[in-house]
Amino acid sequence: MSGNKEFRVLSTRPARLDAFDKATGRAVYTDDMKLSGVLYGALLQSPVAHARILRIDTAAARALPGVKAVLTAADVPDVAFGVSPARHDERVLARDLVRYVGDEIACVAAVDAETAQRAVELIRVDYRELPAVLDAASAFADGAPQLHEIYPGNVSAEVHQEFGDVAAVRPQAQVLVKGQMESEMQDGAFLEPQSAIADYDHQGQLTLYSSTQTVHYVQRTVAMVTGLPVGRVRVVKPCVGGGFGPKAACSTMELCACLLSMNTNRPVKITFSREQVFLHSRARHKFFHEMEIGLDSAGKLLFLDHQAVLDGGAYTSFGIATVYYAGSLLGGPYRLPNMRYDGVRAVTNKTVCGAQRGHGGVIARALFEQLLDQAAEELSIDPMQLRLMNMMEAGDSTCNDLNMSSLGMRECLQAVRDGSNWAARRGELPEGRGMGVACGFFVSGAGYPIYRSDTFHCTAALKLQEDGGTALLQTASAEIGQGSDTAMAMIAAEALGVPLSAIRVVSGDTDLGVDLGAYSSRQTLMTGHACKQAAESARRQVLEVVAELGGVSVADLDIVAGVIVTRAGIELDSGAMRTRYIKEHRGWTDNPGRDEPLSFREASRMAYLERGTIVGLGKYRPPVLGGKFKGAAVGTSPAYGCSAQVVELSVDLETGQISMHHIADAHDCGQAVHLTSVEGQMQGSVSMGMGEALFEAVRFDDRGRVLNANLADYKIPTALDMPHIEAIVVETSEPNGPFGAKEVGEGAIMPTIPAILNALYDATGVRFDKLPLTAEQVLSGIRAQRGEDVSRLGVGTDAGACFCRFPGR
Amino acid sequence: MSVKKLLTFTLNGRQVQLAAHSTDTLAALLRDSLGLTGTKLGCGEGDCGACTVLLDGRAVNSCLVLALQVQDRVVLTIEGLATDEALHPVQQAFIEHGAIQCGFCSPGMILSSVALLGENPRPTEQQVRVAISGNLCRCTGYQKIVEAVLDAAHKLAVEEGA
Repeated sequence: MSGNKEFRVLSTRPARLDAFDKATGRAVYTDDMKLSGVLYGALLQSPVAHARILRIDTAAARALPGVKAVLTAADVPDVAFGVSPARHDERVLARDLVRYVGDEIACVAAVDAETAQRAVELIRVDYRELPAVLDAASAFADGAPQLHEIYPGNVSAEVHQEFGDVAAVRPQAQVLVKGQMESEMQDGAFLEPQSAIADYDHQGQLTLYSSTQTVHYVQRTVAMVTGLPVGRVRVVKPCVGGGFGPKAACSTMELCACLLSMNTNRPVKITFSREQVFLHSRARHKFFHEMEIGLDSAGKLLFLDHQAVLDGGAYTSFGIATVYYAGSLLGGPYRLPNMRYDGVRAVTNKTVCGAQRGHGGVIARALFEQLLDQAAEELSIDPMQLRLMNMMEAGDSTCNDLNMSSLGMRECLQAVRDGSNWAARRGELPEGRGMGVACGFFVSGAGYPIYRSDTFHCTAALKLQEDGGTALLQTASAEIGQGSDTAMAMIAAEALGVPLSAIRVVSGDTDLGVDLGAYSSRQTLMTGHACKQAAESARRQVLEVVAELGGVSVADLDIVAGVIVTRAGIELDSGAMRTRYIKEHRGWTDNPGRDEPLSFREASRMAYLERGTIVGLGKYRPPVLGGKFKGAAVGTSPAYGCSAQVVELSVDLETGQISMHHIADAHDCGQAVHLTSVEGQMQGSVSMGMGEALFEAVRFDDRGRVLNANLADYKIPTALDMPHIEAIVVETSEPNGPFGAKEVGEGAIMPTIPAILNALYDATGVRFDKLPLTAEQVLSGIRAQRGEDVSRLGVGTDAGACFCRFPGR
Repeated sequence: MSVKKLLTFTLNGRQVQLAAHSTDTLAALLRDSLGLTGTKLGCGEGDCGACTVLLDGRAVNSCLVLALQVQDRVVLTIEGLATDEALHPVQQAFIEHGAIQCGFCSPGMILSSVALLGENPRPTEQQVRVAISGNLCRCTGYQKIVEAVLDAAHKLAVEEGA
């Protein structure tokens, strides 16, 4: 089906369904909503990193005029929650201990936001401060303060895996390359701060409007914590201003809004300040990686030996998946027969880390792809060539049982090689200017839900409007800016046989079905399957009626571009149907002409008149995937998207400042659904990866307080920082995807950081093992290489910046 | 305690009069008192540009402008940019080029671009990048935004010439 130009809707560039509203200010985000009688909520968050709570006095806050409720741990259910049920380690409000600056202690609802904030300031808390653990090395040290009874040694998750036999094969290696990499905690920096409005009504129904990526998981967590039946909890996602992972888990803020609304019987709104976004975070972990790879004399990869330490902050959030992903996502896209991985995640008294675009895999990939370049250099093989030599093919499985059912990795590499003029330019650039290449891949939807279940991962309903030939597509999937509503509408239009304009979409509401949400790059493939199936069912129902009324067989009929067509040689007697339709629409100005073929509009009306409302249903659940080993679930997916990038940059050798010049970026998304959105995901991924490589780091002081909790001091790329990105869409046909489609949202970030690091080496001859690549760090590396004194550059003096080794090694 | 004062200014082509607290920001006045929620609040500190509006034709962060500062001045928000007949060419170009993803930066980004084209109808790519460098976008990598602004400038120039 690759390159199938039979498609009428897929692989085109229509305007997104939500673009008009977003361009005119009509689009409604959670904080834009105003419910009648709404109260405003505020949270009291810990100012200290680690302390025992001795006493909380809320009397003055309660006495403040306009305050309607003040809740502390004593007033809310004592239910542990979190992301993975195996690591439910959070409480709505801190009971005895606070574990990071920002840990929630109390919440308030008042008549306006100012009063709520003033009430929070009036709550008195007596703390007994405890020694704080601010980095992973300290967390693992003997005698370290213990953060959680359930995590002895401050280890919240640990992985030990071996595929093949690394020790046995190591002596055969002709080339051995070792390296290490350390990154900093990073922030999602989506533009819309989290916001929630809870509305508990007189019928005992709780509706939560929230800027979430995952209405389903939020619904379950709210039900679990409040004790309400799931059927009484409705979670609705209005427009969301970006997510990138941190909005994928249910938060204390959402739960507080619910509990305050239940307490006051009024709607309650809470919106984070930008500082609170940083304190709450749940974004990228701080990673330490050590790796060794071995190759034979021809350049064939033999093994990877890998250890990782993750500094995860105070609670686990997604961290158990993060530590697995950090290892499993190196299984491909190269043929790697032997792989050993030991990963451990520390809890520390800092902002909690969770999932962010390229979950768990980006820093591991950043080191691994550099080691490949180093091996290529030792072997005097072009790094592009070394990658091509070791590349998997479609149909191959990795040593950890990830099946590459489609894999356009080779085509991606060739595309960026040509797109960057690699052969002519690399090695010919002046000192201080360089080119680098890297590859990467990512899951196209997690193979298993976050809680163990046989649940469908998504359901969809396509309801044909009783008149007018318009179809209403209903899912609980999450449009968070990536364009999923438009993509789902396009898939449904293609399957139904109508133009895109005939589809309306409602989504992001648990009343509409089950959908696990926008994370792990899952919606195009998974929700796409459900939408396709729903549309095919509706199509079949309409055609059955047309066949009955027209005296032909269903097999002779099709719907193409909104018109009923018949197989060659078959005559459809649609006269009676048309007469009936026109009679019903006497006086209407847009009735079909006598000689026009029967339209979908008429046909769907006939179907309604014969059968009642026509609804097509769809659902999707991945097949059983992956191996039987512990942790096999993480990293399995029905399909994998993959990317290659070539970066060209220059470095000011006097200041260490990096300028990006050009990025050639190719991504295999299977069959493209909406081409403009595919490019948009690719360009956005590069931008985020570039920010992470060059500037982004959440900095803490020696008491665990975030030093740069704002968008001036935490720097993300601006329009002036971004180079031209040449986005090359490589289309393959994914056998497990709807119409052959798979992901683009996260795989596209994988090569960015290593391609920059490899280009930086090409420009300077220096390998860097710490991110981000600040000017100080780069200059220090360049000067050290020249044998100059770098002690005055002040690099490496940040708290917790010491390299952390795997405990016990 | 802040005092309230009567404030008169031109908003989206119409004169409005309402009472505002001396501590209210323009962003709060627009969103909370006037219900114009197309102006977004991403940080409240002047760092992200999501709350950009045009004040006497110049792009400003409405979270850093006090409401009372706009007395007798002209404010344009995203809600006032399109005419009854048509979208502004910059809005149209943003839609056509796929320059909008999550949309939270879009109103501010569009208004900064409109301000640029008001001052400089034929900007270079670099001038566009400078003009929107105070508007953060986390979704797009800016490329389709820059393409949209250049295309809108071109179309406006053709219209003028016609």
